[in-house]
Amino acid sequence: MLSSRKTGWIVIAALLVLAVLAPFLGFYTVFLMKILCFGLFAAAFNLLIGYVGLLSFGHAAFFGMAAYVTGHSAKVWGLTPELAILAGTATAAVLGTAFGWLAIRRMGIYFAMVTLALAQMVFFFCLQAPFTHGEDGIQAIPRGELFGLISLRDNDVMYYFVLAIFCFGLWLVWRAVNSPFGQVLKAIRENEQRAVSLGYRTEHYKLVAFVMSATISGLAGGTKALVFQLASLTDVHWHTSGEVVLMSLMGGLGTVFGPVIGAALVVTIQNKLAQLGAWVTIIQGIIFVVVVLLFRRGILGELQALLDRRKAKAGG
Amino acid sequence: MSIFGIPTAALFGQLLLGLINGAFYAVLSLGLALIFGLLNIINFTHGAQYMMGAFVAWWLLSFAGLGYWPALIVAPIAVGITGVVMERLFLRRLYHLDHLYGLLLTFGLALIIEGAFRQMYGISGMPYQVPQSLTGVWNLGFMFLPVYRGWVVLASLIVCIGTWLLIEKTKLGAYLRAATENPTLVQAFGINVPRMVMLTYGFGAGLAALAGVMAAPIYSVNPLMGSNLIITVFAVVVIGGMGSIMGSVLTGFGLGLVEGLTKVFYPEASSTVIFVIMAIVLLIKPAGLFGRA
Repeated sequence: MLSSRKTGWIVIAALLVLAVLAPFLGFYTVFLMKILCFGLFAAAFNLLIGYVGLLSFGHAAFFGMAAYVTGHSAKVWGLTPELAILAGTATAAVLGTAFGWLAIRRMGIYFAMVTLALAQMVFFFCLQAPFTHGEDGIQAIPRGELFGLISLRDNDVMYYFVLAIFCFGLWLVWRAVNSPFGQVLKAIRENEQRAVSLGYRTEHYKLVAFVMSATISGLAGGTKALVFQLASLTDVHWHTSGEVVLMSLMGGLGTVFGPVIGAALVVTIQNKLAQLGAWVTIIQGIIFVVVVLLFRRGILGELQALLDRRKAKAGG
Repeated sequence: MSIFGIPTAALFGQLLLGLINGAFYAVLSLGLALIFGLLNIINFTHGAQYMMGAFVAWWLLSFAGLGYWPALIVAPIAVGITGVVMERLFLRRLYHLDHLYGLLLTFGLALIIEGAFRQMYGISGMPYQVPQSLTGVWNLGFMFLPVYRGWVVLASLIVCIGTWLLIEKTKLGAYLRAATENPTLVQAFGINVPRMVMLTYGFGAGLAALAGVMAAPIYSVNPLMGSNLIITVFAVVVIGGMGSIMGSVLTGFGLGLVEGLTKVFYPEASSTVIFVIMAIVLLIKPAGLFGRA
């Protein structure tokens, strides 16, 4: 029998091959790009809740601000797509540093309320600032030419660009989690006092994790703005913050790939039920309640637990 | 007459509006603090319960012909009962877990309630008339005070002080405070703590609904009225800290006034000023103005 680590690698390799072949297999690439953007967003968010145990209810601020800045710099300043996304990501990093610095002063429930309130401040800012164009948002953002050479107008070409960004972002998350740094984060999650007494300056670790999470969320947001050629108030609304919580929770907190599965499911539900209006919100609420009451480990977490139990049975 | 170049009528008008917003902040943060004290849950459904209060008042008027005064009693009881049911069915199962799960669950419930009302009533608001007995204005000499607005400020002060007296000065309140400190010990003395927890949640939800009924004639009755307000109330709670009841009441009214003043002197910042104050308080006194570290 294969070890679970090996099985994991095989599954990842198979998924990667599938992702590369997807445009040839007749998948709708815009839909796939949406999943990739939100999957990366959810994985970045999960870095904080899953590995440090900090629930941020304001991640839409980083996602949305990056979308606005990417859109503005591509449309008004005429930056190439990679530079526009970089500008958006850098904005998210700066914002994340400021918010993280404030928010890590409180723990637990207060941390969630503080991040939610700070994100609401960003929402009101975006509602009033002239460059965001209020209710209309920044529309018709040009995708432009990658490095000034490759036109991204074609959805299939854009798809490979987005897939590359997604893999890079997810690799960053995976690398951070599976490093000595990630081990310290987990130690803080399990018992912060003990981590402090072992000599770790936990605030520094929490702040770095927060900034990383915000930055990668910005990367996802900026990419999303180019995919849909739109940056709007929806991106900075607290609803988006709630959705990313749902994606991670549903896929499995504290797993690298779970949030991506959760994102795929949430995006699919949104697309299928788009005509039903408020029903999307109701169904999302129901999923929240069901997951919190019955499957707190999420899809991937439950799957892992199931495999572990099987192995224990086979071994014992 | 004018102060700093602002006509006094405008200044006092905005201050009054601020005071009214502050009244709602105070009643809502009071309910949040009560629930948090005993259940250790931040009740995200609070905004939805406030909205439901306004809707119950509107239903009573449209379908039963019952006006404002009956609604002021019926709506909090009705919403309080839904709170009790929620606690029994859902919240009770989460007490042994991390507090964050309570937040997530109540967030989910808020989405369900808000979505259901949006599905039924859309997002445009429905008007609710000011009750006959509270129409008109008082002339205070320096400004005209609409009677209803004066009533809202007065009524919420009475509610806040009443709740404070209930908790600080009665036997029931003493049990409640004891259970907040050490539920196991209080239970050992033969007091039914789970029932007390259930009723506290119902009471908190009822307070939110009461605020909703009072808000109905001022703002229109609409499904989104709660979710916009509750985030600001969270900031108010962070600023005040949830340690003391009087603290949350004072913070609520105070921040309402600050918001009103900002509307006069720098209107662009009026929607963000509370969040900015929150950031400053986090820098200077992270536990909140009245909080315990």
